[in-house]
This record gives sequence, structure tokens and C-alpha cells, in this order.
Amino acid sequence: MVIAKTVDGEIGIMPQHAPVLGVLVEGGVLRVKREGEGDLVAAVHGGFISVADDEVSVLAEVAELGSEVDVAAARDALERAQASIESNQEDADAAVEAKRARARLKAAGEDV
Amino acid sequence: MGAQLRLLRRRIKSVTSTAKITRAQELIASSRIVRAQQRMHAALPYEREITRAVTGVVSNASSVDHPLTVAKENPAKAGVLIVTSDSGFCGGFNANVLREAEALRGLLAGRGLEVIPFVTGRKGVTWHSFRARSMGGQWVGFSRKPSYADAKTIAGELIDSFKDDNGIDEIHIVSTEFVSMLTQNVVVKRILPLEIEETEASATDTIPPYFEFEPTAGDVLESLLPRYVESRIFTALLQSAASEEAARRRAMKSATDNANELMRVLTQRMNQARQAEITQEISEIVGGANALADAAAGKE
Repeated sequence: MVIAKTVDGEIGIMPQHAPVLGVLVEGGVLRVKREGEGDLVAAVHGGFISVADDEVSVLAEVAELGSEVDVAAARDALERAQASIESNQEDADAAVEAKRARARLKAAGEDV
Repeated sequence: MGAQLRLLRRRIKSVTSTAKITRAQELIASSRIVRAQQRMHAALPYEREITRAVTGVVSNASSVDHPLTVAKENPAKAGVLIVTSDSGFCGGFNANVLREAEALRGLLAGRGLEVIPFVTGRKGVTWHSFRARSMGGQWVGFSRKPSYADAKTIAGELIDSFKDDNGIDEIHIVSTEFVSMLTQNVVVKRILPLEIEETEASATDTIPPYFEFEPTAGDVLESLLPRYVESRIFTALLQSAASEEAARRRAMKSATDNANELMRVLTQRMNQARQAEITQEISEIVGGANALADAAAGKE
């Protein structure tokens, strides 16, 4: 089962799911539940999920597997982004940056 | 005689060093092609999927009415993205692209469109500025190793201009397609507005699945199309980078071959000159000795 976060909300895709094309949110976490193995978790920033013929493809501009996330760097990025949000509420870039960092940390299994 | 010999030696020396340089360039280009090809192949799955997704949306939602898919009724301006290289030493690579771009310009002008060139690559930019042609946009510095961010910048500018009412109404792209190490073709494609082809699905084709959309077809298309354009431009840049190296390798190989041939001819000529000099010296010595012997014989 694949769990992704589209702009409409979370979507879970089981085998034999009807074809779907969804827009993913910025800074979402994608989870693939596998039988007999641990979950495959990835931080996905924007992009699409397309389900067709029992195949799920995720098209993202930037994606990172949870196991590959540099936790220290992500925490650092989150702190920096939050600091700039506090100093400037209108800072849209920083908000996106914070979302991304949070998604990366979540994907790595850290508490945020 | 001695002067000619010296001259030939000097020329051989200079040709030899030129051959060394071109040979090195050839080897560098060959190793770069491999990497460029790898990058090209790495980008393929994304492009394939995104094309499939766009096809899915467009073939499902027949009533798609998105500014990026609809051809304007009276197109006035056409943007042409011309993909060239930053550095030279690659034979006819840039000339071919620019020639094709000129042909397209003529074609579009024939339809009454004003053509605005958008140029990537230093060679193409120089070509246009030398002819004092104004450019809608110019990007340099990444022709050998384009990144997705580069494609994004270019696509952003093109799409902005496309959405603008006074901007361009069509986007064409002229670039070099990498077929194999030996074959690269200049291709001209229209990327916007999308060409919707009415194809009859053959029995072997999988029927495009009937998609549901999250949230709606229009929203999906809205964010999908710019990505699609980016991906198309990125592919064109990557293919062009690989083609550039292949063209460079070929040009440098023939330059090396020519230099070697020239070296052979010059060496032959030099040997001839040297031999002629020796022969002359011998005949001078023999002549001198004979004259001395004759003089001695006359005295007795």
C-alpha cells in the first residue's frame, strides 16, 4: 500500500486501485508499506502521483529516501527557516523551506 | 637548401603539437559522451512518465481548456528556443542548429509571425548578437552539463511569456537529438501549445486508463504542464550536451587524422630535401677531388 499526501488530503493506494492522477503537496511524506519488510519512506517535495495498471509512479522535482536523509543538516535547515519566519512573517521561501525540512525529518523517522 | 630543411622541421614540430592537442580533446570528448549519455538515460523515466500523465489528462478530460493547450486564434509572435553549445571545436554542430533555426524562422515568418529567439549556449548568443538580433532570453554556461534548475529557469521564462497576452503565442525548440555516437540530428519541435494528436489506438496498445483526478483535472493540468515543458526542455538540453561532445569528438578525430597525414607528407618532403642536400655535397666533394686529381696529373 502506498500512502501519499495530495493537495486534497492523504490518499492510500491499495492493489487494484482505480487510475488516479494527483498533485502532491510541498513537503509531503510518502510511505510504501511492504509485506515482510519495513516501510519505505521518502520525503517528496511537490510533483505528482499517478496510478495506472496497478503501477504507482511518483514524479517529484526533489525526493529523498528516509534512510538517506542527513538528519543534522535537516534540523539545521529547519532551525534556520524558523528563525527567518520569526523575523519576517511574510517570508514564503522560508515557510516552504521549513516544510521541506520537516518532511525530511519525518521521513527519517525523527520527531518534529 | 639548409634553409628549406629548417623550415620543414619547424612546421613538422608545430603540426605535431597541434595533433597532440586535438588528440587530447578527442579523448576528453569521448569520455564526456559516456557521462552525458548516462545523464540522458537517467532523465528518461521521468520524461516518459510525465508524458504519459499529460497524455492521460488530455485524453481523459476532452474539455480541457487550459491556456497552455489552446492555440491562440491569431498568433502574432512565436518563440524559438535554440540550443547551442558554449564552446567551439565541435565541427558543424552549432552551424547546423543555427541553419535549421533560420529555416524555421523563414517558415514562421511566412505564416506572418514575428519570431523571437531564445538562445542557450554562448555560440548561439554570439551568433545572434553579431547580427544585432534581439533575443527574448539568453542563457550561457551550462551547455556541457545542464541541470534541471537550468531547464526550470528557461521553462519559467518561456511560460511566463506564453501566458502574457502580449508575449509569444507559440514555443518551438530547435536542438540536436542524440541518436548514436555517429548520428545526431537537428530536430525542430513545437512544445506549446500542445499538439493533440488524434491517434487510433491499435489493438496492441494499452488503452489509456480512465483517470480520476485529485483534486480536479484542471488543477492537475495546471501544475503538470509547466513540469512537462521543463522536462521537455531538460531532455533537449541533455541530448544537445551529448550530441555536442559527440560532434566534438568527431571533429577532433578528423583534425588529428589530418595533422598526422600532414606530418607524413612533411616528413617525406624533409627527407627528400635532406637527401638532395647530401647528394649535392657528395657530388661537390667528388667534383672537387677529381679537379684536384686532374690538376695534380697535369703537373707531372
